[in-house]
Amino acid sequence: MGSLGMIIGTWLAGFLTLAILSFLYKDNPFYKLAEHLYVGVSAGYWLIYVAFFDVEPMLVTPFMEETGVEKWILIVPAALGVIMLSRWFPKTAWLSRWPIAFTVGVGAGLGITANLQGYVVPQVQATLLPMTGFNLVSLNNLILVVGVVTTILYFYFSKAHKGVLGVTAKIGIVFIMVSFGASFGYTLMARISLLIGRLYFLLSDLLRVID
Amino acid sequence: MSFPKCDMRAVALAAVLATGVLAIFGGDAFAQEDPLETGSGEIGGAPEAVGLGEFDETLLPTACNVTAEDLPDDGGGSIQVTWEPLEARGTDIGILAYEILRYAPGEEPSSLGEVPPTDTGYTDTEAEDGVPYQYVVRTKTPLGSTDSEPSEAAVATAQWVAMGRLSILIMAVLFCGAVLYYIRRARVGDELFVRKIPGLEAVDDAVGRATEMGRPVLFVPGIETVSEVGTLAALTILGHVAKRVARHGTPLDVPCADPIVMTTAQEIVKQAYTEIGRPDDYDPARVAYLTYDQFGYTAGVDGMMLRDRPEAVFLVGTFYAESLILAETGHSIGAIQIAGTKETSQLPFFVAACDYTLIGEELFAASSYLSREPVMLGSLKGQDLAKLWIVYFILLAFVVGTIGYIARPDGSSLLTKVFDVMHSWFG
Repeated sequence: MGSLGMIIGTWLAGFLTLAILSFLYKDNPFYKLAEHLYVGVSAGYWLIYVAFFDVEPMLVTPFMEETGVEKWILIVPAALGVIMLSRWFPKTAWLSRWPIAFTVGVGAGLGITANLQGYVVPQVQATLLPMTGFNLVSLNNLILVVGVVTTILYFYFSKAHKGVLGVTAKIGIVFIMVSFGASFGYTLMARISLLIGRLYFLLSDLLRVID
Repeated sequence: MSFPKCDMRAVALAAVLATGVLAIFGGDAFAQEDPLETGSGEIGGAPEAVGLGEFDETLLPTACNVTAEDLPDDGGGSIQVTWEPLEARGTDIGILAYEILRYAPGEEPSSLGEVPPTDTGYTDTEAEDGVPYQYVVRTKTPLGSTDSEPSEAAVATAQWVAMGRLSILIMAVLFCGAVLYYIRRARVGDELFVRKIPGLEAVDDAVGRATEMGRPVLFVPGIETVSEVGTLAALTILGHVAKRVARHGTPLDVPCADPIVMTTAQEIVKQAYTEIGRPDDYDPARVAYLTYDQFGYTAGVDGMMLRDRPEAVFLVGTFYAESLILAETGHSIGAIQIAGTKETSQLPFFVAACDYTLIGEELFAASSYLSREPVMLGSLKGQDLAKLWIVYFILLAFVVGTIGYIARPDGSSLLTKVFDVMHSWFG
């Protein structure tokens, strides 16, 4: 039974892979079938995932096991979650704005410190570079400092890009586009490796034409 | 307080026995040289190799200079223990592990655990605040163990301010101060200039073209949650697009990957239709939830593009690997595409496949520009000021450091030291 299940699973996966790839030709019933299956199954999967990996371990179990303040404080997120369901009833739908406001506020507040500590400060520190003489390291440092400064100035919105600021912004966008080009090529290679992985599945597991 | 010493006599006795066994079974060459003199001793042969009749403790490696101090910048309950390894003189006796022993007043010594021989530090995270603890590091070898001298007593305490993050605090205060200052100016009615953002001017054209063609507008707010700033910016732009759409009577589809984003988007679109004076035209079913799964969502949106043939597609928010799939599909149906994201790894795909792209912070600037809300406008201006400070700081450090190295290439000049201070301040 195990091997039969494996065979059926492999053929089903192969069929769905080909159905999704048929999108490259044009929209067709096979793609529609695979698409609707994918959306439906994944929506169901995430429902179960949230129930068993978020609600149960982070709310239900702690509420049953904790004592004192740590137990009763859980009523707050539980209440916010229940209030979200008030959208089902038009008369109380406005209540759902409270948990939304809470989520947005907490996200924005946490983001300030996290971004300062995780991005701004380390990147500023890494850009504090001097020229130590006439050598390649100094040239590299110079390019890095010029690139960072002009890129930041491109994203300066309080003044029109004219005059000196216009020139620096143009230099900045050149740096940005060069980095985009490098990123494009790098990511494209990663995507090709994904495609190779899928083709390997079709040729190896499904058709068995390669080992 | 007394501290147990490693029982060296037992070790010596074992070593003597080992010597006898080796001597009986032909280990004569082993006992010929004094490893203290030659430095060629081996594990298992060291004690007897001394040839003095007594075991020399110095043959065994041990930890020395054991220090214990409160772990800085923490909430209490932790003490940092450090030591230096003192290897046995002239022998190759290997260290198996270090065992950390803790002594508290009126308590039996307790073992906190062992660390590998490569470690020279241990953090006791089970200390009680206010209790003086002393620590002994026990060095474990194949021939036995040696205990270090006890450390000075250390007390765990909680710090109110993490001095290691002082630079973060100062920057946060400065940045937030600048933002609050400009929010206040915006609220009192000061005219705050924000330059035009090219991609935004295309919004009206795109909606107008969709209206003329009698085809819908598709707005994709990304796949992240509502607490993500990119999603928040996308929802602000959605409000602007929804107003334009409501004014022209063009259908607007907003497929969402997150339930709370869907709820928020429904509120925003409904508000836009109400403000324009057409609340009855709002259809909540068009702001729909698909799935939270990344590629399930992508497959669903692709299907909508192919079947509904929207004339204008907005890909604004947080996107990851699905960005190129969505943008390519939109391109294949001939729609005008306006994209915007802060994800630098996805921007190249949008730049390549879309007509207009809001690059990084332009997305946030666009939402401020469109809303003209004092809070958002003030935030944008405050961030601009912070950017200028950063640029000045980087340039100042570059000039100071470069002049310092030119003056004295060995790095001993005063300016180089000033540069180092500037650099280390962030650390």
